[in-house]
Amino acid sequence: MNLPSRRILAVISVTALVASACSSSSTPAPAGSSGASSAAGVTNIEVVSWWTTGGEASGFNAIIDKFNQDNPTLKVTNSAIAGGAGSNAQAALQNRVLNGNPPDSFQVHMGHELLDTYVTPGYMDNLDDLYAANGWTTQFPQGVLNIVSAKDSAGTLHYYSVPLDIHRANVLWYNKTVFTANNLTPPTTWDQFFTAADALKAKGITPLAVGDNGIWATGMILESILISTLGADGYNGLWTGSTDWTSSKVTDALNLYAKVLTYTNTDHSSLTWDQAADYLIPASAGAQPKAAMTLMGDWAAGEFDNKGFADYGWIAAPGTDKIYDTLADSFGLPSKAVNKAGVKMFLTLLGSAAGQDIFNPYKGSIPANTTAGNPPASAKQYSPYQKWAMGEWKADAIVPSLEHGAAASPKWKGAWETAVTSFVANPNVATLQAALVQACKDAGVCK
Amino acid sequence: MKPSRDRVLSLAVIAPSILAVAIFVYGLIFWTGYISTVKWDTLRPDYSPVGLANYMSIFANNRFLMDIRNTVVFTIFFIGASLVIGLLLANFIDRRIRAEGLFRSIIVFPMAVSFIVTGVVWKWILSPGQPAVGPTAAAPNGVNQLLGLDPATFKWLTDPQVLQLAPDSPAGKVLHDIGLGFITSPNIGIPVALLSIVLAAVWQMSGFVMILYLAGLRAIPEEIKEAARVDGASEFRVFRHVTFPLLTPITLSAMIILGHISLKIYDLTVAMSGSGPGFATDTPALFMWQTTFRDGEFGKGAAVAIVMLVIIAIVVVPYLIWNRRQAVEA
Repeated sequence: MNLPSRRILAVISVTALVASACSSSSTPAPAGSSGASSAAGVTNIEVVSWWTTGGEASGFNAIIDKFNQDNPTLKVTNSAIAGGAGSNAQAALQNRVLNGNPPDSFQVHMGHELLDTYVTPGYMDNLDDLYAANGWTTQFPQGVLNIVSAKDSAGTLHYYSVPLDIHRANVLWYNKTVFTANNLTPPTTWDQFFTAADALKAKGITPLAVGDNGIWATGMILESILISTLGADGYNGLWTGSTDWTSSKVTDALNLYAKVLTYTNTDHSSLTWDQAADYLIPASAGAQPKAAMTLMGDWAAGEFDNKGFADYGWIAAPGTDKIYDTLADSFGLPSKAVNKAGVKMFLTLLGSAAGQDIFNPYKGSIPANTTAGNPPASAKQYSPYQKWAMGEWKADAIVPSLEHGAAASPKWKGAWETAVTSFVANPNVATLQAALVQACKDAGVCK
Repeated sequence: MKPSRDRVLSLAVIAPSILAVAIFVYGLIFWTGYISTVKWDTLRPDYSPVGLANYMSIFANNRFLMDIRNTVVFTIFFIGASLVIGLLLANFIDRRIRAEGLFRSIIVFPMAVSFIVTGVVWKWILSPGQPAVGPTAAAPNGVNQLLGLDPATFKWLTDPQVLQLAPDSPAGKVLHDIGLGFITSPNIGIPVALLSIVLAAVWQMSGFVMILYLAGLRAIPEEIKEAARVDGASEFRVFRHVTFPLLTPITLSAMIILGHISLKIYDLTVAMSGSGPGFATDTPALFMWQTTFRDGEFGKGAAVAIVMLVIIAIVVVPYLIWNRRQAVEA
């Protein structure tokens, strides 16, 4: 064999090397992958969440630390994927589930985001045994049990995820000083809202701050208005087909929505929700803030606290008192999880009163488990807002939030957001209602 | 015929790239094309054929039609402005000015920045106003402040207006008479918010166009221009009739490069305004991503991808053919 042909051989072997490197990298095995046992006999449990910063990450890490201390043979790792409301996590997660390589458990909004994306196509195991063993069927309110469960083809009801926290979407936040200085009381009906809003407008203050850079913030306003016009049962019926989207009450709600939008800041589409919430904060003590109110989920409290702003008050969105528009982060059990027994132990901690009292004080949400609410004195305590919300949680009717994945399938929500986006730029009630009716039909719920 | 050693060696060397391109580019294009004709509308793959139903569905979707409108408007304004500004800058630099290298670097520098960074910075500059507290604090719209414009009229990124030609306006009637009445349809118009995106994109890419033109200008022999001047042509006519025609290949290359950037623009709009007010700055790429990964409609997402591919191919393939012909002739 002469020299050049040896060179060819070398080239070919390099080629083979590269090719094999390519093929092995096309089926990535993530670090800390499921079931990989380390030398010390510790089994890893990989949990994917989108909690990477702030109180939510501290809270989740605290609960993981507790679990790892109590179970020395198991090690939960948080493979966090950053990105607001899980928009980035979702694509990565879906790829892994499709490839049959899901994490042992993952964060997902309770309700249809979980059910339609993962449960119906058959990627999840049910958690009936955990619910029975831990008495969760009595500890979680019926409203939550309705949202986390689904019937299988035989008509049997199953539970599919464990809600770790509860957020409320229909809260109206206001600047207390602005309200007292103008002799206003926080509005409990939309009529009162318009009276107050006109007075504020006359003073040069934007009545309602909105940041709908992602359209969901305005979508949440419509959600609250639908709840106030239709009531809890009527609103629930929108998503099950028992309330007619063509009804005149829905038309009333949409007209009301069009009117409310005229009281918002003109730059809403360039702001995120937190930038809009900051409009309530005066530039300096005693100065007039840009806006007086914002309608936002209760994570707004955390935003105000982080900015050192204490002069805020809250009340249920107008006309929605005693109705809790709910969303929750929950965790389920993928059918292809490797260490199911370990995951179930972790889920048990997530659903327990003790676990929820570790996490929620950090996150700013409240426990879904009604027996929780008394963290040990040495641990982080609940804030005044959270204590108020826990009281409401036990008494209120619970309805699922659309914008946060609880009420309807992601597809339906997508169609709703398309309709709302067009409406905000070009308000035409008839067009919006027609689009919403069509969205319900396309989702297969309305006929 | 026994292939020469050289040939075998060269084949062996390029084989890995050919293989990788065949699988990861063309293979996946065909796969996407196939997916666009099946039902697959949840996370569980469903390969039951539906023909062209996915395509019919996206073309019946108002948002997708607006996306196409946005793409066309963006492409026209982006390419037009980049070419004009790039050409002006190149002529300016070509005057053999002092510190030419410095100016050249300054003008080209935006190209070194990624679209995400450009997007975030321009969003800060163009946002009509920001709260005066907190980490997001920034001066209210820098451009409005600098030029003394009224923020109520100049809303930049947040303007939901779409400039349209009314069918009953004088210009609309003229268009109608000459058979171009379709321009007055409500689906055709210029979304004002999109022009802010164009501004940022032009800022980033016109330096690149300048470099292309500068190379072109420097390649034109001085004798030709000198000959024209001796014949009594004015400086403008020298440019118009000698320089500019010789720059045609450069213009074409620049148009193709800018064109394919604008047809698949995603990062810049996402960083600046997302879908924008009333989908004023929405793009087919963003629509494709949301359809696929938010709504779980893999079939429809694939259909959007194929439509984008076809549009880009319409622009790029003739250029490639032309380019190849030039190469063969040379």
